[in-house]
Amino acid sequence: MNIYERQAHNRRWTWFIVFAFISFFLFLGLGFDYYYGARLEMPIFTVIAIIFGVVMAYSGYLWGDKLVLSSTHAKGLDLNDPKQKQWQNVVEEVSIAAGIPLPKTYIIEDPDPNAFATGRSPETSSIAVTSGLLDALNRDELQAVAAHEMSHVKNFDIRLMLMIAVLVGSIALLADWTRRSLFFGNRRSDRRSEGGGYVALVVLVVWLITVILAPILSQLMAMCVSRKREYLADASGAELTRNPLALASALEKISSHEGPTRSINQGTAHLCICDPKGMAMGMKDGGLANLFATHPPIQKRIEALRQMAYIK
Amino acid sequence: MVGWIILGVLAVVVIWAIGVFNSLVSLKNQTLNGWKQIDVQLKRRHDLIPNLVETVKGVMSFEQKTLTQVIEARNRAISAQGVADKAVQENVLSGALRQLFALVENYPNLKSNENVSKLQEELSSTENRIGFARQFYNDIATKFNIAQQTFPTNMVAGMLGFQAAELFEITDAAEKEVPKVDLNLK
Repeated sequence: MNIYERQAHNRRWTWFIVFAFISFFLFLGLGFDYYYGARLEMPIFTVIAIIFGVVMAYSGYLWGDKLVLSSTHAKGLDLNDPKQKQWQNVVEEVSIAAGIPLPKTYIIEDPDPNAFATGRSPETSSIAVTSGLLDALNRDELQAVAAHEMSHVKNFDIRLMLMIAVLVGSIALLADWTRRSLFFGNRRSDRRSEGGGYVALVVLVVWLITVILAPILSQLMAMCVSRKREYLADASGAELTRNPLALASALEKISSHEGPTRSINQGTAHLCICDPKGMAMGMKDGGLANLFATHPPIQKRIEALRQMAYIK
Repeated sequence: MVGWIILGVLAVVVIWAIGVFNSLVSLKNQTLNGWKQIDVQLKRRHDLIPNLVETVKGVMSFEQKTLTQVIEARNRAISAQGVADKAVQENVLSGALRQLFALVENYPNLKSNENVSKLQEELSSTENRIGFARQFYNDIATKFNIAQQTFPTNMVAGMLGFQAAELFEITDAAEKEVPKVDLNLK
């Protein structure tokens, strides 16, 4: 796939995610109407749910990047600090190489090295790093990390990832809330029991299962979607700087810091260059570890990069 | 009947030529824009050099030769015209700057000077930007040239007055020279 196909692919996936999100709300609304709102003539919950879903998706599209940045306490760079000035320079260099507008740069005060990019398009993108990353890496390695993030920006990974972060987060929140209201809410006791009772029961059970499973499923999807993209961003980042070994050594240094990145919560994990959960999953491969990891094992990524430089 | 067929073929050819022309114009403008990006970065470097020379002059006064070399190389680079000439002069300037920074290493009080390290960072960043802008320019210029030279576009490209874009290459003899390694064991 070339860059345009990748962009188109990501745009399609973003639409699919939004569509799935809104259908989920439609489903939720239908269930509510069936369960609670039989007395009303209008499918009032369905209408509310759809409107809610559309508004959520659109506002997430518009302001999601700001939400993500503020949730990690990211702030603007201090250009008088030599290391932060260097980071700003490196980002400018790579944006020239990639031929895209200069993204906004942010810093997160956190000793653990990590970085992520977000935004809905290259024109509105932001790249954030932790102060730990700036301390741990040298100039070439910082450039490699910037190039990795820049490729996420360039091929519209950021838009898809942002929508997933915002929508998955809100589904998890909502599912939690509906589960409680289902178990403790005041149910109507005089439900129509004559005819279709079985069907009603089946529909209800399916609906309940979906409500409970949705957050898990959406989380799994977020993970699957992001893992392939990391290899790809590694490769196209190395293509920008023509220096795959710098990224390999950057990843090595990042993975040698075992601690989790505390300022980055689970909802935005898939945006980062390395899994903010820390080492636990980074090295293992296969089975369950593979299923629940937002990132491919770091050792595999390093090997892939070394092979690009013809080093075994 | 034959007349209609000829007319139809002619229409197809004209429509195709219009498409070729438009895509070539688009590529040409991208190439020009890529070249402007290099120019912006070159200017940035030219502006930084007087600052650098001013800062290190006091301490490195007896390295006068290197300093004049840098200034002269800068002035020649500014006045250079055309892609090939610019590439040569900028490479001379890069070499002179490298020499200067190598000398700075000999002066501990310069190395620890905040202004010098700031300028050094700015210049190495500019050096990278020039490299990346060149990479970007060469990629797009190559695309433009390939579009002009491949069949069947080449039949109309010449007629429409398109010319191949010059690549920004390292033409400095010293940079191309392969380092000699003496493998004889003594």
